[in-house]
Amino acid sequence: MLKRTPLYEVHRAAGAKMVDFGGWEMPVHYSGLIDEHKTVRTSAGLFDVSHMGELEVHGPEALRLVNDVTTNDAARLQDGQAQYSGLLYEHGGFVDDILVHKVSDHEYFLCVNAANQEKDFAHIQWANSFECSVEFAGPKYVQLALQGPRAAEIAQRLTRIRLDGIQYYWFVDGTFAGVPARVARTGYTGEDGFEIYVAPEHAVDLWEAITKAGAPFGLKPCGLGARNTLRLEAGMALYGHEIGPSITPLEANLAWIVKMQKSGFIGKAALEKKIDRGLTRRLIGFEMCGRGIGRDGYEVLVDGQPAGWVASGSPAPWLNKNIGLCYLPMEHAQPGRKIDVVIRNQPVEAVTVNTPFYRRAL
Amino acid sequence: MTYPANYRYTKEHEWVDLQGGSATIGLTFHAQNELGDIVYVDLPKVGARIEAGKSFGSVESVKAVSDIYAPISGEVTAINDDLASAPEKLNQDPHGGAWLIKVRVDKNSDSSNLFSADDYQKYVGAET
Repeated sequence: MLKRTPLYEVHRAAGAKMVDFGGWEMPVHYSGLIDEHKTVRTSAGLFDVSHMGELEVHGPEALRLVNDVTTNDAARLQDGQAQYSGLLYEHGGFVDDILVHKVSDHEYFLCVNAANQEKDFAHIQWANSFECSVEFAGPKYVQLALQGPRAAEIAQRLTRIRLDGIQYYWFVDGTFAGVPARVARTGYTGEDGFEIYVAPEHAVDLWEAITKAGAPFGLKPCGLGARNTLRLEAGMALYGHEIGPSITPLEANLAWIVKMQKSGFIGKAALEKKIDRGLTRRLIGFEMCGRGIGRDGYEVLVDGQPAGWVASGSPAPWLNKNIGLCYLPMEHAQPGRKIDVVIRNQPVEAVTVNTPFYRRAL
Repeated sequence: MTYPANYRYTKEHEWVDLQGGSATIGLTFHAQNELGDIVYVDLPKVGARIEAGKSFGSVESVKAVSDIYAPISGEVTAINDDLASAPEKLNQDPHGGAWLIKVRVDKNSDSSNLFSADDYQKYVGAET
């Protein structure tokens, strides 16, 4: 039996097509993926991302635990600040990629991938030798993502929180649309926007309030299909594609979330070894030149020889190109290289490019 | 969605409109709805042979790629050229203007195993 969010009936009524998404029955699209994608680039979109998991770390040594299990340096966070980080195994591969929010010295709030939440919880509990506790908090929250250039205007109609006072990757706890909420200026689309966490009993009210406030701006409900193409254009990693247990942050171009100068964290020794020996492969963007879409898992050839694989590949609805991210040996993981993507047994020409493919105007 | 009663349907979600010895083949509403926004259609050339139950082309949406299967056997006499430049028509008018190919049907081609509109409706209804 697939899990459902409290918004399941609302999605059905809005004409969503529902699919199995890591054990959750979630909307993949409503009006159509391309339309939704473009709406987020030009106006605003509303996503139900309640399948995402939440973990809470409470106690006097909460920071020590968080810094022990994550690659980024949570000690740099101030109250109300968030950071993107990695949760690694001892061997340096990803358990998950997560958002760490510092609520206070004694409380950290982690947003984790839906399909990984049980595994992440077990991993952090296993690592917990500190004076703090870890709570599996997913059932306490639904999460809505309001994303797009008009997101802030729409959101401001629903709260007295001064949203222009919330910088990118900061958050505030307050009242939003009349209900207690955690409002974070974060997202997974390459646009400005907010990720809003509320208790499940407020999900429908929050959804309807945002939908109503957004109507004059052309806001549309958006599915996880558009969320994927938006994040890919923005060059953001997706667990199970760009990152996973056999991939380290260094290879995934995520060295910026690894603070090697930080005292020990799980996976650090393996990353040190990897740095000493030198990386053998790296993630790089590509654009198709020939006709065809290089999709997830397709083989990549260099000089006609198997060299790597496509981590994510898709049409890019805003850029009107077929793009992707692929793993290639270091010597080929440079922009401007001609490669071939094997599409249904046919090599099709592509060229490597730097990412992100899309960057919003500031 | 009501499916045209004069068409026959496959398990793989193609429709065929048989008119004497010729046939028009397309994708069902259900197929395009499952795929979402369609961005590419690959079709055989005029003169190519298609064989019942075998793939004769493919259709790609933003999210997925899917084979297209032949409901009957025969020789391709026309392809719908509009779809190369406007594949989204498959989302808009799958049972009409966005037909895929026309075929001269082999004399011994058997269509008795295809669904009627009612049976197809039950088949896709049961899927969801």
